[in-house]
Amino acid sequence: MKKQTTIIWNVCLIAALFLLLFILEQTVPSGSMLFMVLKKGAIYALVAVSMNLLNGFTGLFSLGQAGFMLLGAYTYAILTIPPESRASVYQYFDGGIVQFAIPVPLALIAGGIVAAVFAFLIGLPVLRLKSDYLAIATLGFAEIIRAVFQWDKLGPLTNGSNLLRNFPTFQSVLYPFVVAGICIGLIVLLINSTYGRAFKAIRDDEIAAEAMGINLAHHKQLAFVISSFFAGISGGLLAMYQTTIQASMFKSAMTYEILLIVVIGGIGSITGSCLGSFLFIACSEWWLRFLDNSNLYIGDFHLTFMRPGFRKVVFSLIIMAIVLFYRKGLMGDREFSVEAVRKFLRKRFKKGQTAEGGASK
Amino acid sequence: MSKENVLKVENVTMQFGGVIAVDNLNLEVNKGEIISLIGPNGAGKTTAFNVITGVYAPTNGAVYYKGNKIIQNHPQGKMKKLYRGENPVTYTGHRALAPTPDKITAMGIARTFQNIRLFKSQTVFENILIAKHLRRTSNVFTATFRLNAREEARMRQEAEELLEIVGLTDVRDELATALPYGKQRHLEIARALATQPELLLLDEPAAGMNPQETLELTQFIGRIRDEFGLTIFMIEHHMDLVMEISDRIYVLDFGKSIAEGNPEEIRSNPRVIEAYLGGAQDE
Ligand SMILES: Nc1ncnc2c1ncn2[C@@H]1O[C@H](COP(=O)(O)OP(=O)(O)OP(=O)(O)O)[C@@H](O)[C@H]1O
Ligand SMILES: [Mg+2]
Repeated sequence: MKKQTTIIWNVCLIAALFLLLFILEQTVPSGSMLFMVLKKGAIYALVAVSMNLLNGFTGLFSLGQAGFMLLGAYTYAILTIPPESRASVYQYFDGGIVQFAIPVPLALIAGGIVAAVFAFLIGLPVLRLKSDYLAIATLGFAEIIRAVFQWDKLGPLTNGSNLLRNFPTFQSVLYPFVVAGICIGLIVLLINSTYGRAFKAIRDDEIAAEAMGINLAHHKQLAFVISSFFAGISGGLLAMYQTTIQASMFKSAMTYEILLIVVIGGIGSITGSCLGSFLFIACSEWWLRFLDNSNLYIGDFHLTFMRPGFRKVVFSLIIMAIVLFYRKGLMGDREFSVEAVRKFLRKRFKKGQTAEGGASK
Repeated sequence: MSKENVLKVENVTMQFGGVIAVDNLNLEVNKGEIISLIGPNGAGKTTAFNVITGVYAPTNGAVYYKGNKIIQNHPQGKMKKLYRGENPVTYTGHRALAPTPDKITAMGIARTFQNIRLFKSQTVFENILIAKHLRRTSNVFTATFRLNAREEARMRQEAEELLEIVGLTDVRDELATALPYGKQRHLEIARALATQPELLLLDEPAAGMNPQETLELTQFIGRIRDEFGLTIFMIEHHMDLVMEISDRIYVLDFGKSIAEGNPEEIRSNPRVIEAYLGGAQDE
């Protein structure tokens, strides 16, 4: 298939997706869980893809996603709360020290930049080491940053352990889709560039990559900083989605959720991470909700084991099953694309034909 | 003929803990030559390559490339007490020089590996294309936003040409690791050539090849030397290959250089026969 045809197909697909979202928004009542899943799913898709850039494409293992999202979320919130609301938000800190607000897109980017700067500083010493110190260092960083942001002394900036609120949020489901879509698009462009090839070379064989002239420290640092930048942006989006934020939200459990999404979707597959994200959010927050209902009957039979929290048990079992039986995740390291579907269908078709041919003889 | 020196290894010792893998090695490679490094298993040949390409910083000694000192070290820290090499004091007081392998490759020294190291999830073509990353002028922004389209096209063009030269065009889109052994070795050489080296280090390029393939490889190495104006330094066990194409041969045994000379001299050198050829016949 020609390159141009592929591009046209992709543009059509994306347009169709947005049209579908638009129609859904016009027809389905806005309180529906569907929108909640779509919004959160888009945000998690972005952070999962950014994690995949590291884990799946560069072969580095970072566990700092929650920390970088926290930085993005706080930067966004601090920079966008309208000055007139600051007195009430920062009521224990005399209205805080920041007394201005910047436009939402700029604040999102600023969140990414702050996360990227921290990643740069962590990476400087850690990425020079050969082994997997990055996982430990980033996990530690995420824990520390959460504590630091709740520290009273920083209250004028972070509002201590109190909520940040009153910053601009989004209503439409299109908003997170557009922002996450642009960011994921950029990551895809990066992965398919000469730098992306260098990342994959490092993942496949560090020693050979270095012998081919790829500077390991520089490229690892680059991947780590870029990944953290997008984690920061997704943190900003998460703040918008949640409407209020607090440092204690960004626990390491959040990082593990994202890691699960990456593993379920397939390490090294962008479309896998996106798919995994929506499935994960839908399962954990929506589709299994009925299991929490303790008054469920089949006919006259009372399902006594159903009670609040049972959903989580079933959910964990599903995750275990996926990890055990789909070692490589739903997509492996393949990508969903028009081209792949076409090839798949053609193969099926051909098989059918030859089988028929064989039968007629 | 005036000889232009390309590589000079000076008093290099590489000691791992108590094991001396390379002991006071001295050798020179001149422009346009094909030089072989031979010796029994465990003699320290690969270790010598690893020192030259920056994988290990030598415990002691220096390496020059085209007359410039690129690597230098002397026993430091714990090694001061442990050091048992032959040349203890020469480099003390000098600043250590230890560039990473990518810097060495950027200078113009490329290599292949004894145990083939291709990028296993990549196709044959992509393996070569990755090596083109080194001579880029784009940065991460221009590359992401496709502002380097011309350079990208040139990289692909040059990678295609290399595929043609090594005769792998027909398997262009196959996974590198799906190729038969001999072709993987050719691909590794093509990938090294893609970094535009002047000096090519080949670590046992004929390992695992049958006599026919070895013969083809011999011709191939001669051809790329002429075509790319290369200097070649290689480790090899296949004596036919070594004797046929080497201008000079160095023989290593237990980390020490025991002989040097042209193929005739080496063939008739009693020390070599004893240490290496004799041993090889027993096998
Ligand atoms: N990283 C290392 N740490 C400790 N010892 C090492 C290391 N690398 C090599 N050696 C030792 O150095 C010696 C020389 O090994 P080297 O691989 O250089 O031999 P070689 O001449 O290439 O042999 P072969 O013909 O089998 O490839 C061996 O005894 C090996 O065990
Ligand atoms: Mg060896």
